[in-house]
Amino acid sequence: MNLKIVVLAKQVPDTRNVGKDAMKEDGTVNRGALPAIFNPDDLNALEMALEIKDRRKDVEVIVLTMGPGRAADIIREAIFRGADKGYLLTDRKFAGSDTLATSYALYKAVQKINPDLIICGLQAIDGDTAQVGPQIAEKLQFPQVTYVEKLNEADERQLVLTRRLERGIETVKVNFPALITVHASANPCRPKHAKRMLKYKHAHTLSELQDQNRDYTDLFKEHPYLRIEEWNAESVEADESYLGLSGSPTKVKGIESVVLTQKESKRFTDKDQDIDQLMKELLETRVIG
Amino acid sequence: MKNIFVYCEITEEHLIADVSLELLSKGKKLADELHVGLEAVLIGSDLKKAIEQLHYYGVSVIHYAENENLFPYRTLVHAKLVQTLFEQEQPEIALFGATSVGRDLAPRIASALRCGLTADCTSLQIGDHVDERKKETYKNLLYQIRPAFGGNIIATIINPETRPQMATVREGVMKHEPQPVKNTPELKKMNVGVLTSIEEVVTIIHRHIEPPKINLKSAQILIAGGYGMGSKENFAILYELADLLGAEVGGTRAAVDAGFCGHERQIGQTGITVRPKLYIACGISGAVQHRAGMDQSAKIISINTSAQAPINAIADYVVVGDVMKVIPQMIQSYKKQIR
Ligand SMILES: Cc1cc2nc3c(=O)[nH]c(=O)nc-3n(C[C@H](O)[C@H](O)[C@H](O)COP(=O)(O)OP(=O)(O)OC[C@H]3O[C@@H](n4cnc5c(N)ncnc54)[C@H](O)[C@@H]3O)c2cc1C
Ligand SMILES: Nc1ncnc2c1ncn2[C@@H]1O[C@H](COP(=O)(O)O)[C@@H](O)[C@H]1O
Repeated sequence: MNLKIVVLAKQVPDTRNVGKDAMKEDGTVNRGALPAIFNPDDLNALEMALEIKDRRKDVEVIVLTMGPGRAADIIREAIFRGADKGYLLTDRKFAGSDTLATSYALYKAVQKINPDLIICGLQAIDGDTAQVGPQIAEKLQFPQVTYVEKLNEADERQLVLTRRLERGIETVKVNFPALITVHASANPCRPKHAKRMLKYKHAHTLSELQDQNRDYTDLFKEHPYLRIEEWNAESVEADESYLGLSGSPTKVKGIESVVLTQKESKRFTDKDQDIDQLMKELLETRVIG
Repeated sequence: MKNIFVYCEITEEHLIADVSLELLSKGKKLADELHVGLEAVLIGSDLKKAIEQLHYYGVSVIHYAENENLFPYRTLVHAKLVQTLFEQEQPEIALFGATSVGRDLAPRIASALRCGLTADCTSLQIGDHVDERKKETYKNLLYQIRPAFGGNIIATIINPETRPQMATVREGVMKHEPQPVKNTPELKKMNVGVLTSIEEVVTIIHRHIEPPKINLKSAQILIAGGYGMGSKENFAILYELADLLGAEVGGTRAAVDAGFCGHERQIGQTGITVRPKLYIACGISGAVQHRAGMDQSAKIISINTSAQAPINAIADYVVVGDVMKVIPQMIQSYKKQIR
């Protein structure tokens, strides 16, 4: 029996490296200065899919991402690392989606692929919500196992997984079909494979080739594996009222950038008298002692 | 307007988790402001002590389901029970801990009920909203305030149309404030009949949960080390100072990631929120995600080689210097002056 796995991966701005140039003068975020990366947890998710593929011969690993055209970058990256193929779900109608609308669109695309197993990252670093995975599971009426740290067993019908909880671990058995979300403490993803990079260097979506004015008809005819399939709202038969802003029950009422308000602080050097003075003041004001 | 519901997590000791008690404290304030009641949802086994705990939070109704199979938490059964309850009771607001339980459960319910859910709120307030486009005014919405974009902005999220308005909150973010007077809530049994339709597709084979060893939240003095501490070995000096001052030791994510201290000591947006009497930040730059977990501290000392470190801006005392020189000096000076 063939096992079909969908890995859900998102392209995110690298909010972990918000350096000085990433903040504008007025204290707001300069999105342009942030590199777009493969969401870190989703790399752990991809690795777990590939580990299942290592253990069993008949496994297909498919990457699905929803985002703008340039998100095809992470599909290529996933293929270089060992995924079999990818789909890009892209449509202006998805703009402004909250997690509910996002999970609806991804659910419709997943339904079209009809996998036995869906593997998500625990959370995406741009929103840190960890909601999209469970919401897709609910829509599919799949069971879910979240916070997965380790793959113990994978056979025909089920997985045995260890979850990383706040104060310990839990090992569970789950039957297919299922959705799991993978914790950052799981195995890191294997590197890009040199041979695969050569073979799939020219894997593209149709739009990418059109943007570069390249002739794709021959390319895709001769090398069908180089085609990254693009889907939109219509091709996954999504009901428009559930998409984008109108399909999102949460609204952003306001946004404030975090600006540091300077406190009146006392400055000390590392001279002994200074430290003595500091400790004396702390003792006198009963902050310590 | 309907009531506010808090999903109460049950610990290994069959008590209510701290995060849920904090949410009940906050829920009570919101309920008073809205002139509605506060109701608790309790699912598990051996609930006697947990129910008694709920006599001190101003809860009017406890919805409970008690049965050996309901502990430990499992997604499908708990989700089915809570979803059915919410369909019946139509809460105005529903709050969950942002824990491995709450973050597993709440999105599943939000999806089933097609309502909005905001993760990891750092503040919850009541306020109005005018939709200019629809020319409509919404009264008394829940403002769900949370850091976004890696903590570089603070967003206020609302759910104008859908109910319940759902939010998750991390442990330590809301203050734990039991009510001064005891009350006896009404007990309502939940409909466990709905569980017969659930297939057992996830089985727990093994569990190993340890009771918390350190309690950063209740420490009066916290000494936190950052990446600037340089090594796990250097952290030893923090424990030495902590022993002397009766303090606890925490760390930044960079320090945790580098292996200088354990994950359970992480302070910040994705760690624990603390508000001690004194916070000593040692070799910490003061990224927003870190400050989010400590900027409510009454007094802050920063020890940093850089006079420009952002943490210095929120510190009451700034020592510009090398931690490995300054902390031994502090230990010396303290010993000398206390004699
Ligand atoms: C979504 C998200 C969530 C996050 N959540 C958290 C969180 O919960 N908690 C958290 O802490 N971080 C969190 N972070 C990470 C955060 O952005 C910072 O990377 C982290 O707080 C930096 O830690 P640091 O200050 O120890 O290290 P650095 O930023 O590397 O700072 C080290 C500091 O030490 C000083 N220094 C160096 N040597 C010495 C010396 N010998 N003596 C004195 N000072 C010295 C330097 O001047 C510098 O200021 C999160 C990030 C993201 C994107
Ligand atoms: N736009 C997207 N495309 C593909 N996968 C996504 C997308 N958004 C979220 N996910 C998946 O859902 C997980 C949780 O995301 P979040 O709920 O945003 O924290 C991510 O780690 C991804 O696996």
